[in-house]
Amino acid sequence: MAASLRQVVAGSWRQPQRYLLALQCATHHTRWCLITSRTFYTAEYDPNEKVTFEKLLIANRGEIASDDKTCKKRAIKTVALCTDLSAGAVHVKMADEAVCVGPAPTSKSYLNMDAIMEAIKKTRAQAVHPGYGFLSENKEFARRLASEGVTFIGPDTHAIQAMGDKIESKLLAKNAKVNTIPGFDGVVKDADEAVRIAREIGYPVMIKASAGGGGKGMRIAWNDEETREGFRFSSQEAASSFGDDRLLIEKFIDNPRHIEIQVLADKHDNALWLNERECSIQRRNQKVVEEAPSTFLDPETRRAMGEQAVALAKAVKYSSAGTVEFLVDTKKSFYFLEMNTRLQVEHPITECITGLDLVQEMIRVAKGYPLRHKQADIPINGWAVECRVYAEDPYKSFGLPSIGRLSQYQEPLHVPNVRVDSGIQEGSDISIYYDPMISKLITYGSDRAEALQRMEEALDNYVIRGVTHNIALLREVIIHPRFVQGDVSTKFLPDVYPDGFKGHKLTDLEKRELLAIATSLYMAEQLRSQQFLGSPRISLAKLDLNNWELSIQLGDGTYPVTVSNNGSTFSVEVDGMKLNVTSEWNLASPLLSVTIDGTQRTIQCLSRDAAGNISIQFLGTVYKLRILTKLAAELSKYMPEKAVEDTTSILRSPMPGVVVAVSVKPADLVSEGQEVCVIEAMKMQNSMIAAKTGKATSKNLRGSWQHAGNPSCNL
Amino acid sequence: MSSLSLRLLPRLLPVSRTRLVRSHSAGAPVSVPARIAEKRRAALLGGGQARIDSQHKRGKLTARERILLLLDPDSFVEYDMFVEHRCADFGMESDQNKYPGDSVVTGQGRINGRLAYVFSQDFTVFGGSLSGAHAQKICKIMDQAVMVGAPVIGLNDSGGARIQEGVESLAGYADIFLRNVLCSGVVPQISLIMGPCAGGAVYSPALTDFTFMVKDTSYLFITGPDVVKSVTNEDVTQEQLGGAKTHTAVSGVAHRAFENDIDALLNLREFFNYLPLSNRDPAPVRKCHDPSNRLVPELDTVVPMESTKAYDMVDIVHSIVDEREFFEIMPSYARNMIVGFARMNGRTVGILGNQPKVASGCLDINSSVKGARFVRFCDAFNIPLITFVDVPGFLPGTAQEYGGIIRHGAKLLFAFAEATVPKITIITRKAYGGAYDVMSSKHLRGDVNYAWPTAEVAVMGAKGAVQIIFRGKETDAEAEYVNKFANPFPAAVRGFVDDIIEPSTTRIRICRDLEVLASKMQSNPWKKHANIPL
Repeated sequence: MAASLRQVVAGSWRQPQRYLLALQCATHHTRWCLITSRTFYTAEYDPNEKVTFEKLLIANRGEIASDDKTCKKRAIKTVALCTDLSAGAVHVKMADEAVCVGPAPTSKSYLNMDAIMEAIKKTRAQAVHPGYGFLSENKEFARRLASEGVTFIGPDTHAIQAMGDKIESKLLAKNAKVNTIPGFDGVVKDADEAVRIAREIGYPVMIKASAGGGGKGMRIAWNDEETREGFRFSSQEAASSFGDDRLLIEKFIDNPRHIEIQVLADKHDNALWLNERECSIQRRNQKVVEEAPSTFLDPETRRAMGEQAVALAKAVKYSSAGTVEFLVDTKKSFYFLEMNTRLQVEHPITECITGLDLVQEMIRVAKGYPLRHKQADIPINGWAVECRVYAEDPYKSFGLPSIGRLSQYQEPLHVPNVRVDSGIQEGSDISIYYDPMISKLITYGSDRAEALQRMEEALDNYVIRGVTHNIALLREVIIHPRFVQGDVSTKFLPDVYPDGFKGHKLTDLEKRELLAIATSLYMAEQLRSQQFLGSPRISLAKLDLNNWELSIQLGDGTYPVTVSNNGSTFSVEVDGMKLNVTSEWNLASPLLSVTIDGTQRTIQCLSRDAAGNISIQFLGTVYKLRILTKLAAELSKYMPEKAVEDTTSILRSPMPGVVVAVSVKPADLVSEGQEVCVIEAMKMQNSMIAAKTGKATSKNLRGSWQHAGNPSCNL
Repeated sequence: MSSLSLRLLPRLLPVSRTRLVRSHSAGAPVSVPARIAEKRRAALLGGGQARIDSQHKRGKLTARERILLLLDPDSFVEYDMFVEHRCADFGMESDQNKYPGDSVVTGQGRINGRLAYVFSQDFTVFGGSLSGAHAQKICKIMDQAVMVGAPVIGLNDSGGARIQEGVESLAGYADIFLRNVLCSGVVPQISLIMGPCAGGAVYSPALTDFTFMVKDTSYLFITGPDVVKSVTNEDVTQEQLGGAKTHTAVSGVAHRAFENDIDALLNLREFFNYLPLSNRDPAPVRKCHDPSNRLVPELDTVVPMESTKAYDMVDIVHSIVDEREFFEIMPSYARNMIVGFARMNGRTVGILGNQPKVASGCLDINSSVKGARFVRFCDAFNIPLITFVDVPGFLPGTAQEYGGIIRHGAKLLFAFAEATVPKITIITRKAYGGAYDVMSSKHLRGDVNYAWPTAEVAVMGAKGAVQIIFRGKETDAEAEYVNKFANPFPAAVRGFVDDIIEPSTTRIRICRDLEVLASKMQSNPWKKHANIPL
């Protein structure tokens, strides 16, 4: 299947009916995009510029591949790539054509150059937009495209090569008078050499595969031992993911901010800087929350960074959109980190504050048009925030991937000035093969407070069911006093949550609100369960609904409440305080807007059952409660305690992934803290550690596929 | 819960004990009101505080506490509180061996406002053993339940027959069995096993429509572990022999199990809301917030491209029914078939579906019997049937043939064919061979049969078909067979499916059809009763 090409006409070869649906979907999306474009873009199209490309192939997946609004507006036909797994995905449905390039693993599909080149030939696409990740910064791909006479929408091969190579890019940066960090890049023979280099630079150092983009596979070492471990992981990852053994070891700047400058250059030696993006909120060196502009930069620093970024772009004769990443320390000194020769995930926030459509500008530049703007034309209008919504469990290391099927999915598009770029829809599968990003959620406001306020609202109104997601973490970050003050660094998450993320901590008032909401929801359900339509043969007995006494368990606490009903309002007495809760009480709606004594809250009831268990997403965090009548609560003391499984003797995979290495054999003695196996998921390798000393009795095989929670080894 | 209902709890009884004791000691005749009060007090205490405490220690609630949790507050109306057993042998005639009400609490009350008859066996009185009086009390409410047309709920917690009464007790069982049979198909009967239920006693739950159990504290078996050991020399624990896990996963005797008494009773309240009160009533329609015209885009991608790949039929059910609420029956038994209750636009429906995730969703002995019994319940009580079909056929093999798959498969066929309630069928993917006919096909009087675009109605899979037709000679005929039969057209052109629908519109279509079919009138030829291949 890997090499064999299969022409797929907008969805499925097996089901002609789906074709119709794809079209409906596309129309719908276009309409929505036009609405957003009116909100966000000020730059209009020049009607004198003739249609640029007739057909464009998007060598990517997910939301970037769906983000072909620009093409729709300009009537450029699009070709999507899909795998055996993603043939029903949104980006495939939205495209005019789709070509299957192989099975799900990316090395056999989206990284399979031969298959992609053949797809280009077959569809006669004139240009290729690489999106980000995958082949977006692959010079070989750009070269092969050039040799076929296909336009690569991005910089030319030379710039990709120069910037893709960490040594060369640093040298170039130095020559262009850009501030750089001391470090080493090249093939590191063994762990000893890695240690020698690390000592030379001085701890702490950062180790990663040279070929890897962004923070993927990046490890920090504070001492020799950690350097050895980092060397082992990074060299393995370098070989397996990129087929390129070189490593980058460099000085790690403690407590830095990650601020990047968006540049845009054409083929006529013009280059602009489109201001900065603050991307400091990261977990495991991957960005979580981004904003533009940064609260930290003053106009002088901004200009200095912008000018250096432009200088670098000009030094490599850069054309197209690119990003120059800097680390900025507390004294506003900045160091060049790397340049990404592609569109970034977080580009929409720059589009929001500058009004430019970067995809459109990239296509224009690729076709050879000069830039239409001068540096003085680039404004900072308002404030934009982007949250990366991931399918992952934020309670485990700020986010370990989860998989599943999106049983319900509803984007908060009814909230004003919200943009959601996603490549998924209700029913989509989140698999282990790709990045677990569900969407990027962008809000825009005239100032930062407004943008953040809208983000809060948008997060509360975002319905994602079927997979675990990180909304709780995102919402906590954007309301955290340190974040609100702009006091952030790349270590924000471990600093603020040293013991890991534990969800929102309820204040007393919030707790009462939650209890009151849960009570009201329970009562609304009780009331509804007596509402039978039609005229029953045996008349219904009416229940007295005043002064119901209930008992609610939340965490370790049990709270007695009394509740009375009056129409759509419930009066709930909790802890001697009376709260009035009003809502439509639509028990089918995934979102419920409630008013508690004048305060509006949007909550989501994730589940409720007959036994009184109810889980509610309140202020971003999911709370599990149990509501019983006073009688049932009194009697529940007699219920037997059920034995809980001792889990320390079972090593469970914390997330779905593939076992890539096993370091113990059955009957081996394993000591506490020893590595038992390595599980690779979402392109990350995770060491699995024994929780207690014992003898390994069984294990799942290397190369096998693990669900989250699957025991991979018994002790 | 109002504090009024707590009044019924024996421990909180306000009646003064000392006054009554004093009048006894004085030897003076006790006044009638005082005697009534005394009897009531004694009845409420069952076997006494010590036995109540020991019941609690076992993690079980008393008969009365269970009733209070099951029924709406203040709605319980008790019958026969003064009935006592009539045994005069083995010292049973002495006053201290008489308990007003004997070992069962009976009466009627309301669940979410709707009438239900209930009996609750009292383990604190002679271990809940069944005396003649005990049986007579149960029979009384069952007789009335049939006359009125309201369900009977039994909360079973009984050590078995009242051995002191001998044959009287056996007669009592038989009286109940007879009524179970006569009530069958007239009013719903539900058994909740909340303690031991052994010997002949097990046949009463077995005759009712649904048997639920409580995990770890309930047992059902013909003979206990001791007898098993002495007869067959098998070592087996109570739990292995007849615990909730055994009966919900292995034997299929019980329909579902719950964590503890409270969970079970609260779930029973929920379950009750799906049922009509009797065969005279239509399926209940509860107020519904879920729009009947809701599109379900999720469904357009739920069936995988590869026809060999599994998916979860329960996902489909959840997304189609009201508010994703699906009360699954026998979720751990014969998991290749899913059955259960849900609502469509508020109206109770019975859902059946092949489960591709388990054994490819094939029909075998257990799944056929599971499905057949469910279909017959729904048909008896006017509950429309919605069937989701993805079935590769009957499971082949000696185990199945020796086990009588022909006879058991016929039950499902019989049940679907005989049913006259509204029948809506959706073929999501495979509908192969005889199994296609069985799964509520058009030919068995399906009212509305839909195919999704992914449907393949065929005699068998393409590979096998080509092998038979060409005896392995020609290989490229497989594509031709796929092209011809692995799609919904052959069935659609013959009118065997009424329409090929977009999966996302399935909910809308079903809701609309049920609206129309609500007035469906269909009857079978007169007969004393049919002869289903048991």
